[in-house]
Amino acid sequence: MNESQHLSSQFDDELSRLRTHVLQMGGLVETQVSAAIEAYTTGEVASVKTIVETDRKVNELEKAIDDDCAHIIAKRQPTASDLRLVLGISKIVTDLERAGDEAKKIAKGVRRIYENGHLPGQYGVGIRHLAEAALAMVRQALDAFARLDTPQAADVIRADTDVDAEFKSIIRQLITHMMEDPRTITTSIDIIWIARAIERIGDHAKNISEQVVYVVEGRDIRHTKEKVQ
Amino acid sequence: MQIHDTPTLKAEARNLNFFYGEAKALKGINMPIYDKKVTALIGPSGCGKSTYLRSFNRMHDLYPGNRYEGEIRFFPDNTNLLASDVDPIEVRMRIGMVFQKPNPFPKSIYENVAYGLRVRGENNKRVLDDKVEHALKGAAIWDEVKDRLQEMAPNLSGGQQQRLCIARALATDPELLLFDEPTSALDPIATGAIEELVHELKKRVTILIVTHNMQQAARVSDYTAYMYLGELIEFGKTDEIFIKPQDKRTEDYITGRMG
Repeated sequence: MNESQHLSSQFDDELSRLRTHVLQMGGLVETQVSAAIEAYTTGEVASVKTIVETDRKVNELEKAIDDDCAHIIAKRQPTASDLRLVLGISKIVTDLERAGDEAKKIAKGVRRIYENGHLPGQYGVGIRHLAEAALAMVRQALDAFARLDTPQAADVIRADTDVDAEFKSIIRQLITHMMEDPRTITTSIDIIWIARAIERIGDHAKNISEQVVYVVEGRDIRHTKEKVQ
Repeated sequence: MQIHDTPTLKAEARNLNFFYGEAKALKGINMPIYDKKVTALIGPSGCGKSTYLRSFNRMHDLYPGNRYEGEIRFFPDNTNLLASDVDPIEVRMRIGMVFQKPNPFPKSIYENVAYGLRVRGENNKRVLDDKVEHALKGAAIWDEVKDRLQEMAPNLSGGQQQRLCIARALATDPELLLFDEPTSALDPIATGAIEELVHELKKRVTILIVTHNMQQAARVSDYTAYMYLGELIEFGKTDEIFIKPQDKRTEDYITGRMG
């Protein structure tokens, strides 16, 4: 990644503004995910509304950032690392927005469970742990983007394997529960949706990290078993 | 996406040095020119890209004190273009050149294109008519001038004059065409027409083009060479150079971090 300045300081400003907006959007999504986990543990259903409202801001930012990318491409015809940064960002915001959507799904699931008078903690053992891991991935992916740090991006990509394995084990547990006591089915299904949303958040963090590798090194490691350094 | 084609060599600079008197303008250039491909030379002013281009048709021979070292091999016959026993006139028959500013002769459109053929001793009117038409068609200007071939060439518009100069270069059936910033004096429409033409021409001729316009290099070329202070810094497929250059200096230049 090229840190030296362009001849056009305006271009430098545009790129740094773009990066700042991505981090701002990332911060919002991170808050959404962490609030959703909080709601799951504490039953603080009121925060669901905040999560949904934040989602609106996230959506607006996604559109604004994509628009800025289009303007930079049209006006500056970026090449090499600049081009990769703009392309990478335009993909990263898609993943961020979707991660935010997943947080919203978690929050809504939590609300359904509590409104039915159940406590999710009774069934979904390990959900909290899974969620913490996914949240950590989001944080690290955003960090890796902010510092254009490929080793950290590589850590996130590796962490996704653990999250996927944990997700599968939770599903197996829930299936056992449902077989033992069919009255738990309604809540268990809600918890499966939640677990699924968390697992997807991990996937989005992984995708973001893959884009960081592309931005920095120009290597496209999506859909490959290629090792990241 | 990787395209696995192995292009054939049309020319190759081998350890090429060039001196304007004492000043060394090219420093050990080693570079392939692939057959029926467009190769763009980019780099800041004074980097030697025009000097390099002009070495191919021995234009430097016209001034005393200029000196070459090394070789430019020209294929398929493997001639060293710089060898002292190679006739520059013969070289220029095989290697045409188009300049920055259109420079038609103060003659008719027809005579501009026929000129090179007449110099070669071709006087048969039917042959000349055929070749002139063919060259003008090749330069995508035939439809605009076919009814006024006897008009004076300098009366054409700048873009038309440039295409006429391309036709003039094409008339002798060259194997390599050298373009020295062919569109820097033209408006965007005329530029687009020349770029489109370059794309057509590479079906039959190899092209080496010097351009200051990086986007133009990205649009028209298959290979790009970045030169700086008389050295070849990086040579590669255009697609790769503009997305992931290997050398920091190339990166700085094409991303606009260096003048």
